[in-house]
Amino acid sequence: MTDTVTQRTRREAETISRVVVRFAGDSGDGMQLTGDRFTSASAIFGNDLMTFPDYPAEIRAPAGTVNGVSSFQVHISDHDITTPGDAPSVLVAMNAAALKADLNRLEPHGLLIVNSDSFEARDLEKAGYTSNPLEDGSLDGYRLVQIPMTSLTQGAAEPLGVKPRDAERSKNFFALGLISWLYSRPTDPTLEWIDKRFKDLVKESNRAAFLAGYNFAETTELFEHPYQVAPAHMPPGEYTNISGNVALAWGIVAAGQLAKLPVFLGSYPITPASDILHELSKHKHFGVRTLQAEDEIAAAGMALGAAFAGHLGVTTTSGPGVALKSETISLAVSLELPLLVVDIQRGGPSTGLPTKTEAADLNIAMFGRHGEAPLPIVAASSPADCFQAVIEAARIALKYRTPVIFLSDGYIANGAEPWKLPDLDSLPDISVPFQTEFNHQAADGTMEYWPYLRDPETLARPWAIPGTPGLMHRIGGIEKQDGTGNISYAPDNHEKMVHLRADKVRAIQADIPPVEVRGDQDADLCILGWGSTWAAIDAAVQQAGREGRPVAWVHLTHLNPLPADLGDVLRRFRTVLVPELNMGQLCRIVRAEYLIDAVSISKVQGLPFSANELLAKIREHHS
Amino acid sequence: MNTPVALTTKKDWMSDQEVRWCPGCGDYGILQAVQQLMPDVGVSPENTVFISGIGCSSRFPYYMNTYGMHSIHGRAPAIATGVAVARPDLDVWVVTGDGDALSIGGNHFIHALRRNVNLTILLFNNRIYGLTKGQYSPTSEAGKVTKSTPFGSLDHPFNPLSVALGAEASFVARTHDLDRKHMMEIFRAAHDHRGASFVEIYQNCNVFNDAAFEEVTGRKVREEMMIDLKHGQPIRFGADGHKGVVMGTDGQLRIVNVADVGEDAILVHDAHREDPGLAMALARLSHSDHESTPFGIFRSIERPDYGTMVGAQLAQVFQQKGPGDLGALLRSNGTWTVAAN
Repeated sequence: MTDTVTQRTRREAETISRVVVRFAGDSGDGMQLTGDRFTSASAIFGNDLMTFPDYPAEIRAPAGTVNGVSSFQVHISDHDITTPGDAPSVLVAMNAAALKADLNRLEPHGLLIVNSDSFEARDLEKAGYTSNPLEDGSLDGYRLVQIPMTSLTQGAAEPLGVKPRDAERSKNFFALGLISWLYSRPTDPTLEWIDKRFKDLVKESNRAAFLAGYNFAETTELFEHPYQVAPAHMPPGEYTNISGNVALAWGIVAAGQLAKLPVFLGSYPITPASDILHELSKHKHFGVRTLQAEDEIAAAGMALGAAFAGHLGVTTTSGPGVALKSETISLAVSLELPLLVVDIQRGGPSTGLPTKTEAADLNIAMFGRHGEAPLPIVAASSPADCFQAVIEAARIALKYRTPVIFLSDGYIANGAEPWKLPDLDSLPDISVPFQTEFNHQAADGTMEYWPYLRDPETLARPWAIPGTPGLMHRIGGIEKQDGTGNISYAPDNHEKMVHLRADKVRAIQADIPPVEVRGDQDADLCILGWGSTWAAIDAAVQQAGREGRPVAWVHLTHLNPLPADLGDVLRRFRTVLVPELNMGQLCRIVRAEYLIDAVSISKVQGLPFSANELLAKIREHHS
Repeated sequence: MNTPVALTTKKDWMSDQEVRWCPGCGDYGILQAVQQLMPDVGVSPENTVFISGIGCSSRFPYYMNTYGMHSIHGRAPAIATGVAVARPDLDVWVVTGDGDALSIGGNHFIHALRRNVNLTILLFNNRIYGLTKGQYSPTSEAGKVTKSTPFGSLDHPFNPLSVALGAEASFVARTHDLDRKHMMEIFRAAHDHRGASFVEIYQNCNVFNDAAFEEVTGRKVREEMMIDLKHGQPIRFGADGHKGVVMGTDGQLRIVNVADVGEDAILVHDAHREDPGLAMALARLSHSDHESTPFGIFRSIERPDYGTMVGAQLAQVFQQKGPGDLGALLRSNGTWTVAAN
């Protein structure tokens, strides 16, 4: 059956280098699923791609309203890309509300495919339209294609015995079939997936809708011809399509293996971090224990308890959870135990924009604890980057016996991109030995164990876990004497300990790579980025170069400590721009740290930067 | 667990740290009881962990020559859960107080009990905040005049035992700091119980709430005021057991003179009953410190402990899927290959 479909695609496909498609519909319309399947088919086809799911916080906002619109944007390309695209060239709007919500994103003269069945008076009213946009000429600037997707889907599914109301639910597959033809996607992967995922009548209905959409596009003259996006010239290797949260979860599994330690995850459900808990809870055969705690505080406490007992303790959350865990993280600073705290940032403060992205937790990561409580911070730059970046965070936590905050964000977490699988043998050994012997000779000659006797190079204290004969010891949040670990309120000792904890974190500078300057080394202008801005900066820097505007670019993985040479590198440039999805948090740190006149580019709309926004700033500062 | 445990003495369980509670504090007696008991419970110091929160009682781990952590206020049950679930081979104790467990840490306390984490939880109840020098606690009686309630507390207090029973605790007991033998007997049973064991200890704070339990546990009144619960035995107390507990036709427990109702009418204690109703009724028999109050083991039932279940589930998945293969995991969502040009 599928072969027949493929062979019937007779009209010659026009080859284009890239396309950005946005699927928009009601929250219940399955737009995320549709986008995800289109992405997978494109990945298997060999395109480079980047996705951007965009959905409301409400699980089911009132149907048919603008608030309930859920969208999925995917950028597919025959060349290396990093962003989900600024403006979609194709918008598929499954109802009037989706059109209303997302039309402003569509590029001029873009292809606009609407489900004309969802533009009845009631639909228009719920969407807030006073006149029908399909009839009033307001869409004249676009290539409008109206298709009665609901009724065509029902027509395809009804002969199978599917009730019209149930058949309607398959209309997202009709849209998927339509777009699959339009962009010459292979059909087999999607059909195989439908067969695996669904059962009985639902399966049949979805298959019928998908094929009906495909055939409809092929048969009717609504589209001149299909398009073809050739596979990208990517470095040879084996690839998979991966989202940030899955890459992060797999990175944690890998970190456990590389550390030769069981993983213990304590976590409390929170958007957009819950998927890490879901993913890790599947992998118990890797020795991964996951515990859904009673609250955020307990989740951190359990992970810390597990670390005390000799596991790789991990807790995953988002901003509000970091606030709640703050006291426990401070305890981990004082206990000097390894603890990995993962923060998938979202719009704040408070509940803020739980499903939208923001990178405004750098301040809480740096400073959000009582007392002098420094800790290392590592940030991921892209979905696939989460894998190796979280291994790096675990490495630092274990080697220096310190809590580490790992920053990702909603955009990285839910976005997906092709990932060239790493050579497993090339991954670092991050294992550290437990203390098993006495380490100090008392004045009377007897040997004893001092829990705070430091490694002179790393300043890390020994890690002796319960069950080790002879090394019984007590640790706690009260200030302790360096060396013995005994409670001490001595003024000089406290000052010494405060400095030691800071020195230990700073010493990590010697253990992280120097700054890598990308782009044009000799440019006057340098962009300093961190986190998910990587994608937009990359696209903007490339475009600026093509326009004859050389730009250098430094992107940080380690945010604390900063690379030792960062100040010297930044001082080489006349202008340093720091784009951030916050009010300039890194910018303030580098200004304070290096006394350079760095300029903040701030965006806090719950959305990532577009390449064009950054390009405009580059043009503005380029003279 | 199966390797023989080397013989230890009380001294082996004492750390080299000077004990620094106020002179006359009830905590000394509890520490003595635990240190004296430990050589007999069949574990070694290196496999024993004491975790505490914040408060006077939470200094406890520093005085035990075991692994220990003095953590943060209220969080000891959560941290101990991490230890016990990561390492079911360890013997994990939680030392807490009425403010630590029932106020700031209430949530962790109830969930550790609900999950039946293999912890022995000792709650030192002195009905006052001692470390912060004398504010009322969640177990202080209503009307209590303290530094923070100069006109009397308006708070209705918790009954720790009924909180624990309401939280599905599988082992619930009460003892007091003046009777080392009774404490050791109860701690021993709590330790031997697999799962979460909860022991409320009436503990005297001689500085900020002196003699809080004197009307019940004082040597002169003890015989008439303390009801010693023994599983399978009629609940009788007082000189020659002249008093007893009966259940009325309305379901209420009442204290009676045995002579008035006859021996056969006296309620027989059943700590192993699955339904917590009887334990709850006994826990709530006394509503003030002027009434006869039950001590001993209110409830002790078998329920799988959380850490063991987590381990079993891991083993089961391991059995089904085999050892984790990172290469296979990375390929589990499908892959494609880009050939070299």
